[in-house]
Amino acid sequence: MTTDRKFADERLKLSPFHDRQAALNLRDSWSVWNGYKFAEYYYDAEYEYFCVRNTCGTYDICPMQKYLIQGDNAEAMLNRMVTRDITKLQENRVTYVCWCTNEGRMIDDGTIFKLGPKKFMLTCGSPSLAWLKKASFGFDAVEIEDITDTLAALSFQGPTTFSVLKAMGLKGIEDLKPFQIGYFDFAESGLMISRTGFTGDLGYELWIQNKDALELWDKLYSIGEDYGIQPYGESATNMARLEAGFIMPYMEFNEALKTVHYQHDQTPFELNLGWLVDFNKPLFNGRKALLLDKKNGPKYTLTKLDIEGNKPAEGSYIYGDKKCSLEIGYVTSAMWSPAVKANIAMAMIETEHLQGEIWAEIYYEKELRQYDKVARCSIKEKPFWAPSRARMTPPENY
Amino acid sequence: MKNYDAIIIGAGHNGLTNAAYLARADLNVLVVEKNDYIGGAAVTREIHDGWFYSSCSYVCSMMRQSIHRDLDLTRHGLILVPYLGTVNFGDNGETLSAYHAEGPYYNELRSHSPHDADAMFRLQADLNRYAQLIRKTLMRTPPDPTSLKPRDIKEMLFLAKEFGNLGEKEFYEYVRFFTMSAAEFLDDYFENDLIKATIAGAGIIGTALGVYSPGSAYILLHHVMGDVDGSIGAWGLARGGMGAISKAIAGALKEAGGEIRVNAGVQQILVKNGRAIGVVLENGEEINASIVVSNLDAKRTFTKVMDKKDLPEGIYEKAKNFKIRGSSGKVNIALSALPKFTGLPDNKYINRGGQGFCGSLETMERAYDCWKRGTWSDDPFIESVIPSAWDPTVAPPGKHWMSNFIQYCPSELADGPWTPEKRDQFGQTVVNKIERYSPGFKDLIVHMEVRTPYEIENEIGLTEGNIFQGELTIDQLLFNRPFPGYSQYRMPIKNMYMCGSSTHPGGGVSSCCGVNAAREILIDLKKPNTVPEDDCYDE
Repeated sequence: MTTDRKFADERLKLSPFHDRQAALNLRDSWSVWNGYKFAEYYYDAEYEYFCVRNTCGTYDICPMQKYLIQGDNAEAMLNRMVTRDITKLQENRVTYVCWCTNEGRMIDDGTIFKLGPKKFMLTCGSPSLAWLKKASFGFDAVEIEDITDTLAALSFQGPTTFSVLKAMGLKGIEDLKPFQIGYFDFAESGLMISRTGFTGDLGYELWIQNKDALELWDKLYSIGEDYGIQPYGESATNMARLEAGFIMPYMEFNEALKTVHYQHDQTPFELNLGWLVDFNKPLFNGRKALLLDKKNGPKYTLTKLDIEGNKPAEGSYIYGDKKCSLEIGYVTSAMWSPAVKANIAMAMIETEHLQGEIWAEIYYEKELRQYDKVARCSIKEKPFWAPSRARMTPPENY
Repeated sequence: MKNYDAIIIGAGHNGLTNAAYLARADLNVLVVEKNDYIGGAAVTREIHDGWFYSSCSYVCSMMRQSIHRDLDLTRHGLILVPYLGTVNFGDNGETLSAYHAEGPYYNELRSHSPHDADAMFRLQADLNRYAQLIRKTLMRTPPDPTSLKPRDIKEMLFLAKEFGNLGEKEFYEYVRFFTMSAAEFLDDYFENDLIKATIAGAGIIGTALGVYSPGSAYILLHHVMGDVDGSIGAWGLARGGMGAISKAIAGALKEAGGEIRVNAGVQQILVKNGRAIGVVLENGEEINASIVVSNLDAKRTFTKVMDKKDLPEGIYEKAKNFKIRGSSGKVNIALSALPKFTGLPDNKYINRGGQGFCGSLETMERAYDCWKRGTWSDDPFIESVIPSAWDPTVAPPGKHWMSNFIQYCPSELADGPWTPEKRDQFGQTVVNKIERYSPGFKDLIVHMEVRTPYEIENEIGLTEGNIFQGELTIDQLLFNRPFPGYSQYRMPIKNMYMCGSSTHPGGGVSSCCGVNAAREILIDLKKPNTVPEDDCYDE
């Protein structure tokens, strides 16, 4: 996309959905993601969050990195790179993965789509082309193509999403199961839909060629009008993903390749992602280091906390006693959850102290004055938000 | 036959809450409900195919977050969604839109009066300050100022300290506030009539007072002291209608082992040797219980389901004279499309929130005059919300339902009793008024449910259809609610309690009355307290 405005050379890239989104961004609240101009919120972050929990919303994931990885050795190459065993992944299915350095420190997380026997799509938050190239050394016949700028994508999340897609006439959408991929007749280039998302609720991700992006948008919004459709931005996404217990780069983890200080990055075990690490695989990046990490136990464990009171524990230190004499960790993300009505957080806590008392020292401001309180925390094993409707096939129809 | 530890009469939200907390203290509890559905006035009913009306109460802001959290009501299916953007319509065709963001709202106010746009900041700060104080009393039992019991003295000291924190000037202001009229209170801030009328609406809803009647300022505060997720003054919709609240509380109650029986209206509370021992149902069945908790209003409790001979002197008279006047009507309308209102910009965030047909202070006061004369006004105050524009579960896609709350509607008409014809005429008056602001509105009507105080009393059991279970005037608030000397949920008969909105802190879907009563009952039974602390103390 180009623009003839002044300073065009220095302005951000615009997503194929930009024209429609800009018209709805009443607050002119923009942020940036991978060089794209990207909405923080459009009308009100909490309103948009509630659309995701109550009706439906679209989130522009065009800036998310998308790589097509094809060839005879595509599977072997990916399997060597990520910690999970993707030889088990079936065609037209999606799986959540992470990949690490040889030291077992996490580089990034993302999803792998198995589009064909020798054709995969990898999506992730940060540009990873250099690492992918490195990871493919020694594997013949693997082609890696960055399709970020040509494949438009919208995350479409919330309880009424299924009803909208059904009302759009997408045949067979009712059979699409969680983590499944389907292809639908739409516009010239067709529409790929995966039942995936980052909100913990019912939702889909819609993939379409750039040239047909606006046609998709217009159709969604004309049908979606009766189902409470609303674009949502980074702020609402961050609320929804925290309730769902999903991690975010630069909140829960520091990407290993961009980390300056030794051990300021994390292992999957520290991030409570041990279930993504499959030691049955004989070889993969970081295996040796991760085996050791598992054996010794991770220094920290990412923990979900329910905190008393209603003051979000943003940036709080975590202590093992009410007097705050024993520091045992730090909060990575925190919020008041409007849906659950709880004061929730994720925190990195020293594993050896998980069994004892957990207290958060919370600072908050009222009319320029600083206050603080010490609040008791309890560990939650399950996500704060995991409604059964997210997993139903066919989903509820409104 | 089973002997219960406690019987709760009435499955309204306070009764269910009370029962849930007693059940959590391992009491054997039974809630009996006269209707074939639970919820009382917090109810969702499919009156017309595919349309789910919140037949009585329709929006929510007072439900205590701490109770929602403690009873895990979200897991039991409750989601409260804040709704944004109310428009108020003036007599002269003016509109006032309550934009959600401060900037646009300020600009909107300025277009009516630059003076008032500035004054709004002061009003909001003042209301917040008053609200913060009153909020701290919601989940506490009012102290008896004449008592020397340590607990009463402690609570009096708590109140004194909170008052003291307001500062000297505010102390005077606060006392004035309780006794002033809404219009006089607002005169100190604003010059524009529509802005005043818009805010004054909250001062008369549900009450038999006019905007110029002393005491209406407090009603205003009662309506803005709630919050949604800490945003004081905001209002929310329960996804699935107000019945979702009752359903979720009932879920928590059942999980704790409590029972609910519908179609089980109580004929009489049984009293033996000055102690409540159970109830007789309308079908003659007797159920025994160690304690009886009435979630009915004070007047109904003591004059309908109790025998005067069982009551200590003076109680029957107090109950008979309890101020519980019917003053409101409700018209629920199913619509084939979203109505369009004249004079509003094409902005979906504003056009589908709420509508206030307030007109002017003069119009509102004239409507009150009609009520006093035993009739309804041709130009009533209507507060409307279109829940289906927010909630995908309450009407078919593309169709809508509109909740219209009407102030005023008398419980007794000057020209004789309510009849179905008069009820329909009342409904027509409401539709006519909306049609004035939304030409073509009548053509969208698919179905209508008109509820005067007569229907509300007869279906829900609220005396005179009073939504608060008794007026929220200073003579009936705090330690005077429902009667002086009986504000601590214990009633003059041993083993008998009240847990409905007739008790402190009064009407609204807050669950406060229910939990406060539960706490007192558990103290009497020497059981550990199961009721959580409110979470508003560090506001």
